[in-house]
Formats: sequence, C-alpha cells, structure tokens
Amino acid sequence: MIPTSFEYHAAKTVDEALALLDTYGEDGKILAGGQSLLPMMKLRLAEPRHVIDISKIAELRAVRELNGFLHIGAGVTEAGVIASELLRNKAPLIGETACQIGDPQIRNRGTIGGNLAHGDPGNDQPAVMMVLGASVTLRGKAGERSIPVDGFYSGFYSTQMKQGELLTGIRIAVPAAGSGHSYCKLKRKIGDFATAAAAVQLSLDKNGNCAQIGIALTNLAPVPLRVKDAEKLLVGKRISDELIEQAAQIAMSACDPAEDLHGPVDYRTHMAGEMTRRALREALSRAGRQ
Amino acid sequence: MADKKKIHFTLNGRPVDVLAEPRELLIHVLREQLGETGSHIGCETSHCGACTVDLDGESVKSCTVLAVQADGAEILTVEGLAKNGQLHPVQEGFMQEHALQCGFCTPGIMMRAYRLLAENPNPSESEIRVGLSGNLCRCTGYQNIVKAVQYAAAKLGASRSPG
Amino acid sequence: MINDRAIVRLADESEFTAEVTKMAATPAQGEVKDNLIGIGHARKRKEDPRFIQGKGRYLDDIKLPGTLFGRLVRSPYGHARVKSINTRKALAYPGVHAVITANDLKPLKLHWMPTLAGDVQAVLADEKVCFHNQEVAMVIADDRYIAADAAELVEVEYEELPAVVDPHKALAPDAPVIRDDLAGKTDGAHGKRTHHNHIFTWEVGDKQATDRVFGEAEVTVKESMTYQRVHASPLETSGCVASFDKVKGELTVYLTSQAPHVVRTVLAMLSGIPESKVHVVSPDIGGGFGNKVPVYPGYVVAIVASIVLGRPVKWVEDRIENLSTGSFARDYHMTGELAADKNGRISALRVHVIADHGAFNAAADPTKWPAGFFSICTGSYDIPTAYARVDGVYTNKAPGGIAYRCSFRVTEASYLIERMIDVLAQKLDIDKAEIRFRNFIKSGQFPYRSSLGWDYDSGNYSAALKKVLDAVDYAGLRKEQAAARARGDLMGIGIATFTEVVGAGPRKTCDILGISMFDSCEIRVHPTGAAIARFGTKSQGQAHETTYAQILATEIGISSDLIQIEEGDTDTAPYGLGTYGSRSTPVGGAAAALAGRKIRQKAKKIAAHLLEASEDDLDWAGDRFQVKGVPDQFKTMTEIAWAAYNNTPDGMEAGLEAVEYYDPPNLTFPFGAYLCVLDIDRRTGETKIRRFYALDDCGTRINPMIIEGQIHGGLTEAFAVAMGQELIYDDNGNIQGASFMDYFVPTAVETPHWETDYTVTPSPHHPIGAKGVAESPHVGGVSAFSNAVIDAFAHHGVTHLSMPHTPWRLWQTIHGLGLDK
Repeated sequence: MIPTSFEYHAAKTVDEALALLDTYGEDGKILAGGQSLLPMMKLRLAEPRHVIDISKIAELRAVRELNGFLHIGAGVTEAGVIASELLRNKAPLIGETACQIGDPQIRNRGTIGGNLAHGDPGNDQPAVMMVLGASVTLRGKAGERSIPVDGFYSGFYSTQMKQGELLTGIRIAVPAAGSGHSYCKLKRKIGDFATAAAAVQLSLDKNGNCAQIGIALTNLAPVPLRVKDAEKLLVGKRISDELIEQAAQIAMSACDPAEDLHGPVDYRTHMAGEMTRRALREALSRAGRQ
Repeated sequence: MADKKKIHFTLNGRPVDVLAEPRELLIHVLREQLGETGSHIGCETSHCGACTVDLDGESVKSCTVLAVQADGAEILTVEGLAKNGQLHPVQEGFMQEHALQCGFCTPGIMMRAYRLLAENPNPSESEIRVGLSGNLCRCTGYQNIVKAVQYAAAKLGASRSPG
Repeated sequence: MINDRAIVRLADESEFTAEVTKMAATPAQGEVKDNLIGIGHARKRKEDPRFIQGKGRYLDDIKLPGTLFGRLVRSPYGHARVKSINTRKALAYPGVHAVITANDLKPLKLHWMPTLAGDVQAVLADEKVCFHNQEVAMVIADDRYIAADAAELVEVEYEELPAVVDPHKALAPDAPVIRDDLAGKTDGAHGKRTHHNHIFTWEVGDKQATDRVFGEAEVTVKESMTYQRVHASPLETSGCVASFDKVKGELTVYLTSQAPHVVRTVLAMLSGIPESKVHVVSPDIGGGFGNKVPVYPGYVVAIVASIVLGRPVKWVEDRIENLSTGSFARDYHMTGELAADKNGRISALRVHVIADHGAFNAAADPTKWPAGFFSICTGSYDIPTAYARVDGVYTNKAPGGIAYRCSFRVTEASYLIERMIDVLAQKLDIDKAEIRFRNFIKSGQFPYRSSLGWDYDSGNYSAALKKVLDAVDYAGLRKEQAAARARGDLMGIGIATFTEVVGAGPRKTCDILGISMFDSCEIRVHPTGAAIARFGTKSQGQAHETTYAQILATEIGISSDLIQIEEGDTDTAPYGLGTYGSRSTPVGGAAAALAGRKIRQKAKKIAAHLLEASEDDLDWAGDRFQVKGVPDQFKTMTEIAWAAYNNTPDGMEAGLEAVEYYDPPNLTFPFGAYLCVLDIDRRTGETKIRRFYALDDCGTRINPMIIEGQIHGGLTEAFAVAMGQELIYDDNGNIQGASFMDYFVPTAVETPHWETDYTVTPSPHHPIGAKGVAESPHVGGVSAFSNAVIDAFAHHGVTHLSMPHTPWRLWQTIHGLGLDK
C-alpha cells in the first residue's frame, strides 16, 4: 500500500520534463495519470527514485485536427478522449475503446499517452492505434521523432522509447468516411484487463470490397499483435462469413497468450478467434461505401 | 527520505495547508492529517473505490493520487455533501432506499453518485451501474444503490425545474 | 397473554398472528402500532445518519494519542524452515520502536495460541512456516509509512520445504509433515488422529443402516463435488488498536470482532490480566460475514507490543493480507450418494467429505462440531436413513474454514444435497421441481427429527416452492428451454429448496471455548420514557440498532425511535457470543423479547398501583395498560416510566430495567425456494443471469426492508462464489489471485437483478417466532446458480460441473462437447 520514498518534480512544460529526464536518467520515471504507475509503486513493483509529474503540462492535453491528421496529446485522459467530439466524429474507435478501460475514476486520471507508453500487453489503446495506422511522437534532447505504433512494442513492458524521451502525442490519419470500426474486448468483469480483445478498422470500396483493413489483438501475446496475414486475406475481397472465419483462424494461430487466472491458453486462443470474428462483423456492419 | 512538500488545496470549501512526503497518498493525508475519516481504504490495488472523492470536479480514487498532485485543487469529500445541516439528495436517497448496510463503501459510492448525476442528470439504470463500476459493495447487492441514485436524480431534477 | 417463559407451540401462522395481535391489542390498534414503529414495519434505519455523513467510527478511524503502527513480515514460502531472523537493520531504521518475533513471545508463552477448533496456531512463526504469507515478525514504528519500509529490512533466512496443497495428497503416507509441533500426538481435540496430516474424523448418522439401504436400493447415484476455497472479503479488512495503560494495568483493545466478549475472555486468559481490566470494544464494522470472528495473530502481537512499549499500537491488514491469511471459507471435497426408488423417492443419503483446514485448524465452529452443522445435509427432504463422515486434513494453506455467510458449513451441506437431488432427477429423468415435491418433509411432520439428529422447528416447503414456480411460470420456462435446446442454445433453470440451521445455540450442544452460546439483552427505561438496550451480539451491517429497537417497541410499548441500541463495548454490554451464523435474531432477538416482557411485568405492577386496580383487571394495549372495560382509565408506558422513579408500590425498587440471558431451546430452521434462469454464450462461456427469484421464509419478519437488503447482499455473494471466486495454490504452496485484481468481487454491472418473495412460517419455540435470515440467500443462492449452470448442459448428460463456473471452465465443457461449432 505504501510506495518507497522518492523525490517529486512537477514539470510545467515539455522542455522542463525533458530536462528532468536528462538529469535523473534511469532514476527518473514519468508520472502522467498514475493509474498504472502508482498501483505498481504501492505494491513496490516499481521503486523510482525520482518521479517527474507531467500531468499539469497544458500542451500535452490538446486534441486537434490538422491537415488530415488527428493529434492527441499524450496527457489527454481516457475521459477526455471519450468527451472529445472531434474524436467521436472522426475516429470513434478510440473513444469506444476508452470506455472499456478501467472504470470512471480511473478514466478521469489515466492518460492515453500512459496507456501507449506503459508497455503492458493488457493495455487496450496500442492495438487500436495499430489498426488506425497511428504514430507516436517522441521528443528528447536530440529532437522529435515519429514512430508507427505498429513496431513500437518490442517486448513485455518494452518499447522503442529511448532513455530521456517523452511520448508527447499520437498522430492518426483521419479514417476515411464510411469506415467501420470495432473493439471487442472479452473480460471477466468490467474494468479488467482483456482475456482477449480484437481491434478492427476497415473501409470498403465502391463495390463493397474491403479497401483497407487493420486487425490487432490485445493481451494475447507479450506485445499488442497486428494480424497482418488476416488483413492480407481480406483486403480487396468481399468480406464473407467464410473469410471472417478464416481470419479468425489466422488470429488464433498468430496469437501467443499466456495462461493466467482468467483463462488457460486454449481458452484465450479460441477467444482470440471469437473476438476477431465479432470485431470483423461489427466493423463490417458499420462500414459504408466510399 | 524525501523532504516534505507544502501542499495547499480547498477541502469541502475551506482552505487547508499540509506538509507531506511526495509518496504520501491523498487518502492518507485526508484521513490522518486532516482527520476526515469518512473516505475509506478497502484495498491497495485501486479496485474498490471506497476512497473515492471529488477532485476538481471529477471522481478520483484518492488512494491512487499523490497528495502533492492535489496541490491547488478543489476537493469534495463525503463530509462536505451536506450543506447547512441539510442532507444532499444523494445522502437522502441512500437512507430512503436502504442503499447501505455496513456503510463502509457508502461515502465512496455517494461521492461517485454525486459526480455521476452532475455529469448525467437523468441516467438510465445501465448508465448508473456502469457509472458505479469503480466502486465495490459487499453488503447490498447494488440494487438499492441504483434506486438511491434514481431517487437523488429525481429530487435534483425537481429542484432544478422551474415552478 | 404469553408467559415470558412459555415455549409456545403453534400449529400455524394464524394462531401466532393472533398472539402478536393480542400483545398489541387496543381499540386504536393500527394507530398505536404505527406510532411504535415496531415489528413488521419497513422503517428506515436508525444507524444510517452517521454513515451517510461519513461519521461512522470504524477501526482505522480510531486515533489515540501516541499510537504506533504495526506491520507484519510474512513468509513468501508455503512451507519452509525459518533458519534465522535478523532484525538489526529494521531496528536501526529511524522511527522503528520494536521488531517482534516468536522469540519475544516465547517467555510469555504467546508464540502459539489456541484456536476455536481445539488446535493451536502459531502467532509468529517459530522455526517453520506452514503457509504462504504466514506471520513471521511485526515491526512497530511511528507511522505506517515507516513500518512499511522497515518491514522490508527484516532479513529472514528460509529453507524451503516441499509443500502439499491437495488434501487428498496430504493423506498419502509419504506426504510432507506440516505440523512438527504435533509430532507423535495421536489424540486430537476431536478424537484420534490417524496420520500426521489428519486432524479429525467426525461421523454422524447410522453407517450400517445406510449401507444396508444402499445395498438394497432400486436406484443409486453418486457424485463428487468440490466446494472451492473462497473468502468473504468484507470491504473493511481486519485490524485493532491495542492500548495498555501501564499506570492502571488495564488493557483496552479496539478491534474488528464479531464476538467482542469472547475475545475479551480469551485475552484475559492469554495475558493473565484480570478480565475486569480488559476492555474490548468493537466499533462500527465494515462487513464481517464470518471473516471477523477469529482472533488473528496480528491482534495478539499488537497487544503484546502495546504492553511492552506502553503505547497504543494499531495494526490494520491490507487486502492481500486479508485474502491470503484471514479466515478462508469452504475447501470441502465431498462425495454424495443417494439411494432411491425409481420414482425418485429417496431412502438414504451417504456422504464423505475431506475437509481442508489449511495449516492450522482455526475454524470457528462451536466446540462439539468440528464439521459445523454439516449434518443438515439431509436438507428439506424426508430422508429416513443417512450417514456422513468428515475427515479434517492439514495442508500448506492459510488456516480457517468457517466463514462467509456459511452458518457453520450449512453452505456446504446444502450444496451437497441440492446438487445430489438434481443428479438423481437427471438419472431418473424426473423434473427437478417434481422430485423435490416428492421428497419434501411435509408441513404436518413438524417438528421434524431428521435422521442426522436435528429437530426442525417448522417449515412448509411445498408451499414455498409452489409459490415460486407459479410466479415464474415454470412450465413455460421448461418449454422455452426445450426450444432453446433444439436450437443448440444453452439455457439453464436452477432450483434450490434449502433448509438451513441457525441460531446457535442450546447450551447442551453449543459452546465456544466452553462458554455456552446464549445471548443477552439488558434494557433500561429512563424516567422520560426513552430507553437504552444493550446486547451481546455485534452487528456488522445487519441493522441491529433498528431491528432490536423494533422488537422492543412492540414488547414494551415505546417507539423504536426512542429506544437506543448499543453493542460492542464489553464494559457495558451484557455478555454475549456475538453475531455470526445468523444467530442475532434467534438468540439476541429472543433475549430482547423476553427482557421486554420482564419490563412489561414490572410496568404492569406499577400501572396497577397508579390506577389503584388489581393487575388481573388490566389489559395491555400496545403502549399502555388500561382497566378492563374502562378504556379511558389507562397509564401509558411514558407515565409508568416516570412513576418507576418516584412512585413505585411499597416494597418495589425504583427503576425500570431488565436483563435476559437467553438459552435457546433449539436452533431455528429458516428455509427458502430459489429459482434461477440463465443463458450461456456458446462461444465464450459467459453466463448471463436472466432471472433470479428468491422466496425466503424466516418466520416473523421484523423489518421487510432490511430482510430484502440482506437477501440482495447474500445473493450477490452467492453469485460471486458460484460464478467466479476461488483462491488456489500452486504446487509450491503459493496462493494465486489474492488481490482484487483477480479475486472476483462483482460490480453493479455484473450483479443480476434480484426478485424477492416470502412466506411466513413462524418458529414455534421463539418468543416472537423469528428465525434469522441473513445467511439463507448465500446458502440457497450458490446452489441455485450452480444447479442452473449444470442444468444448461443436462441434456448432454452432464451431471456436475465444478464451481466457480467461470467462462473459461464453461467454455472447456462446451468445447469438449463440440457445442461451439
């Protein structure tokens, strides 16, 4: 219940945060919403010596559309994501996913940046951002760089972020009009991590065939898992029930879930398939013609 | 051991100043330093919600907020719900609808209900249940809690409507 | 007029109602009853105002000047030798006052303590640890932050030993020895021990006769079922503030106890401090459910620390500690058998249980009942011959067994018989409601002596079940189920018709550590007509401040608004055995009624004196005595109360008070009929509860609103147990899932809707006919849910599925049957 002792620094700007990260190096840990970090610290699974609070940095809390791209500041809370009319209109998948993260109190504090940077395979937004083709913006002393979310995760709690870098935002190309989307999350109870979850974003061409599609899985491997083989199967084709079934089978083969108290491997593998099925059906039903 | 930080915030309408280590949790500062023991601790994994307070107009679990993060904030706890000896409709609803038994989860759930109704004055039953999903209760089975929130919604709505 | 010592024999409810009506008889009966707000009123709770304003006084709210904070150091191993404990670094940490280990407790002979089950339990590990998170040392520091830091600085060297967590394996000849301290001891508290991990064997019934009936039966069925280890997990964890006053030589302990007087007696015995100088106070308690009955090591060490340091010491466990070391519930491995004819009429029941008690038998049973009241396992059925045997076993798991709304193993017993009768129904293809009607004890058979020795006081099981079936259109549901099955869907209908046994208990058979299980009420009526009553029970949310006041209001004619109820302070409350096993209404409520009648007896004499009439010429009219035939000649209780302090008849003492220590003549037998309808998603194994109809009969209903609340709560806990709760250990003895991350406590989203109903079959031996109710929904609920889930697969020949019925388990069954194609 009680964290170990640490020094606390509240940054007012991104530059200040970077300077603090630079000063404290490996001893420094970013605190945004704290809904992942503080529970770990209370169980003493994380014992940072210096905590750098970025939750008051205004520039990290903006949601904007610019030149066909949506920009979400890393400090936007999941509640802020849900409340954003812009996101609801342009990329509703993100807010719908946020609704399935934690509970209201946690969503009031937990940030989308935290959900992406933390590296827990149970975090929900990574798979969603993958299927949206999003990129994360990382800023460090050397400057700013952009990395596609698909490829950002290298392992369990491990990302491409370098020491001294801060994840400042997410950039998403505005999905085409008439896109279909779905995030199907199987969980034991509301607020839990996914037993299995699948994210789908797709668009159809004027013939009703699949023009573009992203399929990714949450908590079914040490990292969020893009199921490219299933995407390849469906692109350019009319998505039939048979193809959905095949895609689900591919998802089942691709995933590598760990056994935990919410399900053994065979269950989670099959649920990878079922969530993929459901997400594909739902996304398809929502998609219009371009 | 880190130096203590000076923290200033408004608690139930009155300004408070406390000194706390950076690692001190807001729930502990409220309960131990400020003597407001209405908010409770039921777990250490941020699940139970017994510690829920209203911070800058949002429901938060005060066990998952560092006291230093509350610097400059406006905090409302269960002790601040009643005004001038008059119970808040949420409190009234809980008593009228038998929405509490041991009472331990009650302050956290009422604070959550308070904010839920401020954000959504006419929630459906489903919205109430989802809205309370960050709060656990072992005694009541939630059914009467839902009724209590509906009671409060009606009472607040009635006091809001003209004439 | 009911004599306050008479055992009232009543044939049915209407006769009882007449008696209660007589008690409140008056020309303006309704008006008086309304003013009194007594028995039967759904009045709002008197305890609510402080809770809804955040002014409850729970254990962790209690602050005494100079309080130090205790934090336990616990074993990371399930089974290990403790080679050494080095406290130097911890003691050197600024703000640490002491680090206590078993060596510090040895001179006081407190490193071990007796359990309620006749065993001993390590207070702090002496030479070995026997379960994961067992208490090894306690750090005492200025505050909880320092204590948390310092606890990590205590260096314990362990030598890991092989652990055994399966009770069957624990009985293997080469199983690890868990209890070195019992080496060579073949005499246990409950008879002979036949193996180093064997605790007791308890038998009830007639084995020979039962075996004979089975040998001759037309039909027999057998099913093994495990009732998994779970935990009551009240929202408030356990804790204490111990304060030893060196000047006065007096010990005060605030603690989360459902039985404060028993704790006081135990502390006096353990500490040697005279019991009159031990003050135990249970403040407001945030849920108990049986989890707050035992005396935990944390309490004992905190008390010792306070005595040694001369300062108050607070110890509060966190949630992981609570779930992994506070008394668990169940872990009963049962095999049930029924013998019957081909019409489903049961002739015999045979049961064998392996009871896993963990490393120490700390089960909180009455002394003579090592398997609790498991022998209620004949349930609501007229089973002429039966035999049950329970073997208690040690394993490397947390100690305990009795907790979680179980009425002393009634949950296990009821589950066993409710499952078995469904198994029999499926074997014979008889409808699951019909088979119950064929076997119910009939209302004319009460009082009913069961083949396992219980005297059921009253019941009307057929009426209850019939009411439920009519309410839900049972025939329609079965038709709907047939159609669902034809489509390949999984729809389940679960029935539970339970009888449970509560209200421990008669002194001939029930004691806790030798203290009879009576309970008490002490009333004092003040001159201005208000009253205070104190009890030996202790509410943890059951609304005693309201319901006891209601009983007394009806008995003594003072409004329940004017009757203060107190519990928990052992200095002022009369001695009692506490609240668990639904005993407050059957025992405490009876004490209230009889104490109330003593008040009324004296009041009548005073009234006679004031009215210058003979007592025989007076009628009781709800809140007053009036002269027979002259209703305007009366004295109200308010007037009588005043007179008690200035105008009593010659020779009569002043005052208007009474105390009753009630030794119940029998237990009580609440019952119910529950029906659950659910649908299982073939693809994911998720269950959606469509409907849950719960009819309860607890005899006289003191406050319908409160009863309904108890039913909602007990059913929700039942839902959690049946559908998701379990505490499992890996083969190394490490507990899994002992936090809210994994331990399933449903939110408002998962929790189903509850429909409640009732019948009233009063208890003939209880002064107001009441039976107690709070555990019934849990007892019946688990069976109803589980029966419904299994019923969903019955057409595939599935006769049993293990709880909890998690989605992954159900999916494995579905997948195995090929139903998810």
